[in-house]
Amino acid sequence: MQLKKNIAISETGFLFDPGSGDSYSLNAVGLEILNLIKEGNDQKKITSLITGKYDVEESAFERYLYDFVSSLKHHQILEEDGEN
Amino acid sequence: MEKTKITIAASGLNNIDSPGPGIPVIRGIRESAYFDARIIGLAYENLEPGAYMHDHVDKTYKVPYPSEGSDALMERIRFINSVEHIDVLIPNFDSELYAFMRSADAMLSIGIKTFLPSLKQFEERHKSNLPDFGKKYNVRVPFSKPISSLSDIDRLKEDFDYPLVVKGKFYDAYIAHNKEQAAMYFNRISAKWGLPIVIQEFIKGTEVNVVALGDGFGQTVGAVAMRKQYITDKGKAWGGITLDDQKMLDLTNHIISQTKWRGGMELELIRTEKNELYLIEINPRLPAWVYLAVGAGQNLPEALVKLALGMPVEPYKTYEVGKIFIRYSYDMICDLQEFMKLSTTGEL
Repeated sequence: MQLKKNIAISETGFLFDPGSGDSYSLNAVGLEILNLIKEGNDQKKITSLITGKYDVEESAFERYLYDFVSSLKHHQILEEDGEN
Repeated sequence: MEKTKITIAASGLNNIDSPGPGIPVIRGIRESAYFDARIIGLAYENLEPGAYMHDHVDKTYKVPYPSEGSDALMERIRFINSVEHIDVLIPNFDSELYAFMRSADAMLSIGIKTFLPSLKQFEERHKSNLPDFGKKYNVRVPFSKPISSLSDIDRLKEDFDYPLVVKGKFYDAYIAHNKEQAAMYFNRISAKWGLPIVIQEFIKGTEVNVVALGDGFGQTVGAVAMRKQYITDKGKAWGGITLDDQKMLDLTNHIISQTKWRGGMELELIRTEKNELYLIEINPRLPAWVYLAVGAGQNLPEALVKLALGMPVEPYKTYEVGKIFIRYSYDMICDLQEFMKLSTTGEL
């Protein structure tokens, strides 16, 4: 998975898709996860980094991450590799 | 650089909840680096706000409705021109374009320049001709069919599934989910805008728009893509944002190069979930949201004036993506004297 081309992310968590004109607000953790995706980390690596940093069960976080990634794909912010 | 003094007449001063493009076009011209314009407003109604917006419009004249014909219109334009010496005239209503296009040569003979589509271009992009337009220029369009009688609605099921879109020949469009609604909208729109009514296949997706200017030789002088962010109950944009969408711009360039479009235009498009673009309408003039293009770096009204004057125009290649317009309403306080003057003398 990779971030769709041209998606703009501000330091405050404002996300703008210039192709559709849609914009979204992310909370601090959402922004952190999106930046990890942008850096090319896969879900396993992101889970390891976040559960190592925050007090959260791995199984619970995996579930939240799955939902979050699904939501990003639904809004066409994330693409599967090779779609660009 | 000293600006060139110029007199420009413009209509579409109804800056109301379903606004005409006059004031946004005038704002673009006012911001021109080349022109110092005296703006002559052409108004149909006494309460068109633009007539009272003296920062934008220097002098306003009432003009006869297009339904009174080109002769009545030209007679009034000749009088206005004898006083004001108009250099360029920009009509901004779909419903008046035909009369102005027919009078273009007569206006030119008294020194008034326009930059309008040809009658052929105007006719072939009509909503009722859209399927032929799509076929001729290889553009994806929804199936549509003009109807002229209520009894035609019973036969729509042969060609359409519900929901379908019921459209007026100039303005208004409603989604009908059954034949009773289709009949209701048929009556509502035909009472206001006449016949035929155009029935169009409903395409599910997001409405996106492009404002563009063609030079009449197939070149796009400028084009800006936009998505409406807030739509009023009249279907008008109350907020919109410029988009980075090469497909929309490629389609615009294709249409302008194929039709050799002359003048301003607005493309109304539907982008489906599969990212296909359907052309649902071509409005043959700059739209009311054209000032967003000015704000994003393309002063299309100024470019249109230059083209009308035969000046060379360097095509715009870029614009700022993510620029937003937010419309607002504002109560002007005017003296009765002004209303009285426009009502009785036809001038303000």
